[in-house]
Amino acid sequence: MAAEAHPTWRLIYTTNRDVLSLGGDWIAQSGSIPQFPPDCLAESAAGRTIAFDTAGLGRWDTGLIEFLWDAKRTAASAGLRIDGSGLPDSARKLLGLLPDKLTAPGSALRRRFRPLYELGGKTLSTLAELGALAELLAVTTRGAARSLTARARMRAVDLLANIRDAGPQALVIVGVVNFLVGAILAFVGAVQLRKFAADIFVADLVGIAVVREMAAVMTAIIMSGRTGAAYAARIATMRGNEELDALSVVGIPVTDYIVLPSVLALAVTMPLLYLYGCFVGMIGGFAVACAMLDITALGYLHQTLAAVPLDQFAFGFVKTVAFAVMIGVTSCRIGLLAGRSAADVGLAATKAVVVGIVGVIAMDAVFAVIADVVGI
Amino acid sequence: MSDPRLASADDPPLIALRDITLAFGPKVIQRDLSLDVRRGTIFAVMGGSGCGKSTVLKAMIGLLRPREGRFLMDGEDYWGGSEQRRTEIGRQRFGVLFQNAALWSAMTVGMNVALPMQMFTALDAPSIRRLVMLKLGLVGMEHAIDQLPSELSGGMRKRAGLARALALDPDILFLDEPSAGLDPITASRLDDLIVNLRDGLGATVVIVSHELPSLFAIADDGVFLDAQTKTVIAHGSPSVLRDSCPDPQVQAFMQRKHYDVGAEGKV
Repeated sequence: MAAEAHPTWRLIYTTNRDVLSLGGDWIAQSGSIPQFPPDCLAESAAGRTIAFDTAGLGRWDTGLIEFLWDAKRTAASAGLRIDGSGLPDSARKLLGLLPDKLTAPGSALRRRFRPLYELGGKTLSTLAELGALAELLAVTTRGAARSLTARARMRAVDLLANIRDAGPQALVIVGVVNFLVGAILAFVGAVQLRKFAADIFVADLVGIAVVREMAAVMTAIIMSGRTGAAYAARIATMRGNEELDALSVVGIPVTDYIVLPSVLALAVTMPLLYLYGCFVGMIGGFAVACAMLDITALGYLHQTLAAVPLDQFAFGFVKTVAFAVMIGVTSCRIGLLAGRSAADVGLAATKAVVVGIVGVIAMDAVFAVIADVVGI
Repeated sequence: MSDPRLASADDPPLIALRDITLAFGPKVIQRDLSLDVRRGTIFAVMGGSGCGKSTVLKAMIGLLRPREGRFLMDGEDYWGGSEQRRTEIGRQRFGVLFQNAALWSAMTVGMNVALPMQMFTALDAPSIRRLVMLKLGLVGMEHAIDQLPSELSGGMRKRAGLARALALDPDILFLDEPSAGLDPITASRLDDLIVNLRDGLGATVVIVSHELPSLFAIADDGVFLDAQTKTVIAHGSPSVLRDSCPDPQVQAFMQRKHYDVGAEGKV
């Protein structure tokens, strides 16, 4: 390939027209394309013609067109006429496709920062969002009630598929996490309680902590990250593909068809996962306690049974159902609200996880206060 | 290799497919597919829906390895080389407009067009901005430079996608259904643009389409794929196929007539 000649241009004023004379190679990627000076045609009176001389022109690509477009816009704003007959045929045609002047790009409106305005707007939208969530919850509950009489527009297939995704397929991760949490609690307890020769009370510590708090919260956090995020992403993607629009045009309510089976699936599987988590968590504690302390296996089991009455399970069970409904409804709502691009799907999934985890912890705190007042 | 633009018409073909078989797993899409794309032509891959037009394009741009056959790109065995070599060819020579434009949704239209230039050229930011403006101007989209793809209509996305395909001044443009979903005025403007890019920049264009007006207006060569026999049933430019191809399916396609698939024997 021959060495590139530097692009050159001259503007020649003749009596009846200005001639733009071009020479050299005009290759865009060479980075040496000059800019047409905006004031260059200032001396030419409006109505004059500008023509081109390309006798010295070497190779060219869009770099030339870029320069010519600059010139064309400058000429148009100075009221000059363009005579493209001196240009290579295809360059003239490409130039013809380009507009005479740039419409200012629709710039993003930069609003002034107004703290009160922002605060008010945020507060109002939060309130509105809470209302929308409550409405979605109400509609879903009504759908659930109707589904008891098989009148909801939900298919058993979808519910079962959702239950399979949220239940059996989560067993391993819920098991591993709860086992480790139980084991960690036993470690912490063993080290402290041994100082008071109260080794056997490790069973109480692990049993109550796991059943009352840890199994419920850990399971909810895992399910929020695993299933809640999946719901949000799935619904956001369906929104991007206009699938939700298609559903509502056909007359299938999105709440019945998508939200209801999702929430129901979580509400069914999470309490079961919670019980399973309790069991596995206590096994974790049992394993560590038996290995570290001088306790018999039977003694540990006996102590656990005495320490954890059934109402503790009931408390954890009820909490988990509440967590499940909250995670299901907020995740679906976040998915329904998402924008239509790939980035929005990612944002929706992230938001679902964040809201889910913060929501679970906050609700757990509320439950703790209630339990204290009621005396469970 | 000499400058591709200096090549004369009777040079070896720029792209040659020889007895290519394309398949997804056990499902064969096209078999014994052979075609030549000559330099500087606008080559149409035609055929009814589901006949594998887009799949053929996928094989040409390096997204699907043919099960059998050879693909010669400027005489070089494209699929025989390393993946690195394919990427290099793709970057230096290919510009691709995907069926759904495939704009990167997290970036503005301008950033979409600028990204290849930022990655693969040494140009400074102002030069890139001017080139981006130019490419968008060519497709009539310069006003949307700071908009996100999600804010655009389908036709605008397609035009922005074409601007992105032009980012690195490719010498082969692969266009998958460029004018589908565009209004007739924009579509004919796009046809003009494609022809002028070919003439002006010496680009070769491979176009997958079933938009008859566009095909007749711009394509100078092509193949007609059949979904049933899974191979090429006719070679030639759309207007030649319309006027003198004896195959009833091709005739029906080119003249927009009713045709019962499978009702007639193969010619």
